[in-house]
Amino acid sequence: MKKSIITVVGKDTVGIIAKVCTYLAEQKINILDISQTIVDGYFNMMMIVDTAAAPVEHSVLADALKSLGEEIGVTINCQNEEIFDMMHRI
Amino acid sequence: MINLTEVYETNKMIEKQNLDVRTITMGISLLDCKDEDLQRLNEKVYKRITTAAKDLVKVGEDISKEYGIPIVNKRISVTPIAMIGNGVCKTPEDFVTLAHTLDKAATDVGVNLIGGYSALVSKGMTKADEMLIASIPQALKETERVCSSVNVGSTKTGINMDAVRMIGSMIKETAELTKERDSIGCMKFVVFCNAPDDNPFMAGAFHGVTEADEIINVGVSGPGVVKSALEEVRGESFEVLCETIKKTAFKVTRVGQLVAKEASERLGVPFGIVDLSLAPTPAVGDSVADILCEIGLEYAGAPGTTAALALLNDQVKKGGVMASSYVGGLSGAFIPVSEDQGMIDAVEAGALTIEKLEAMTCVCSVGLDMIAIPGDTSASTISGIIADEMAIGMVNQKTTAVRIIPAVGKKVGDKVEFGGLFGYAPIMPVNPFSCEAFISRKGRIPAPIHSFKN
Repeated sequence: MKKSIITVVGKDTVGIIAKVCTYLAEQKINILDISQTIVDGYFNMMMIVDTAAAPVEHSVLADALKSLGEEIGVTINCQNEEIFDMMHRI
Repeated sequence: MINLTEVYETNKMIEKQNLDVRTITMGISLLDCKDEDLQRLNEKVYKRITTAAKDLVKVGEDISKEYGIPIVNKRISVTPIAMIGNGVCKTPEDFVTLAHTLDKAATDVGVNLIGGYSALVSKGMTKADEMLIASIPQALKETERVCSSVNVGSTKTGINMDAVRMIGSMIKETAELTKERDSIGCMKFVVFCNAPDDNPFMAGAFHGVTEADEIINVGVSGPGVVKSALEEVRGESFEVLCETIKKTAFKVTRVGQLVAKEASERLGVPFGIVDLSLAPTPAVGDSVADILCEIGLEYAGAPGTTAALALLNDQVKKGGVMASSYVGGLSGAFIPVSEDQGMIDAVEAGALTIEKLEAMTCVCSVGLDMIAIPGDTSASTISGIIADEMAIGMVNQKTTAVRIIPAVGKKVGDKVEFGGLFGYAPIMPVNPFSCEAFISRKGRIPAPIHSFKN
């Protein structure tokens, strides 16, 4: 298991989750958890995913998701979970 | 499991508050390059650096992408060059060939700075040390990425005043040689007391002789994160203030620890230390001076500044120490003038003087940093400023440093522009009274009484 956190932030529109999930499925990335809210018309989503089976390196995934975000008009980050664990857990 | 608030907090620190890893610095020992032929020595040094650090930049970029944390600089520090050239370099110009080799190696592996064009002369100078110091102006003029430092004192040995005198003149010469670029050469030179062997920050980084063949040291940053956290507790007690700084420093340092550990694993090079320094940049919201203002000062330099800085520095260490398995380097708040917009504002408002900065260096790292002074300041006055700062380090058993720029042709009221991370600096007035007779004395200041602990 290799956990990463994907965050999607931006103006709400049709099909954000669909597009992100389609890409993840193509890359054999399993979604472990999704939480999502809308604050003042802004879409906030966090996914915990397992990238162990993905055929490409993390940096490629991060870049691809970033450009997918640009297409949809939202900001997408894909980060190794460890940075959050290190910062928020002793 | 990690929740949305925590993820949001981390990403806000990165995106809005300028949290970054300031540098991954690879220390490389050049002791195995020694040779009696200068050309062969140069070839060996080039090969050693470009082999050891060939993946440094790529690994840094990969880690940055994977964790979503900017890693601003990838750098190299090497064994003090005075030791490597000792014996084979017969003239200062011979040493300059090594500076060119370092510059080329740095360019070819893609690092922005390489430190270690250095000499350690806290008690005495070898002929090689003297030649290296004499060669620094030319070396800094002719290279882009080479950084130089000289350690002229320590608590254990006292202060080498012969070296202090030499360096006053040498800094003037460096300023003169690079005068068409606002005396930029001086920005790449720093003089130390109690220089650490494992400092990852430039211009003072070198790979000490107590170190292994290669090592990874990481410098974190995050003044903006501390400032933002303190905005939330405005008007609260000192207890709340200190707890907030500590918790924030812990989080910032954990990122440094993670990056250091990853870089070490991926490069197959041992992890050295995380340096806990709060390092500002000229970017808005990335300022140590702004933290001091948030603590309650109108400007950095106002009465109370030294106390506020002492508190800040101590809490950053207390929070940071638990976050990393090995802490070292300089580890303290940096208070450069040109690299910190809040400091520049304070100088321009007339709130901050060199004398107040000197007082501030008693309670934090590192010293009089990136300070521009009038170009007509005499060499002995520069040596006097250095001697004062070295004395603070020697007596207080801490690292102190001076990076000062006597900008040729400029006077109080003018500005010098360094560009990028280095920012710009208003010319600060210097005390006009002479210390010529003091600096002309030969020899060294003995070690202080409290260094005799055996």
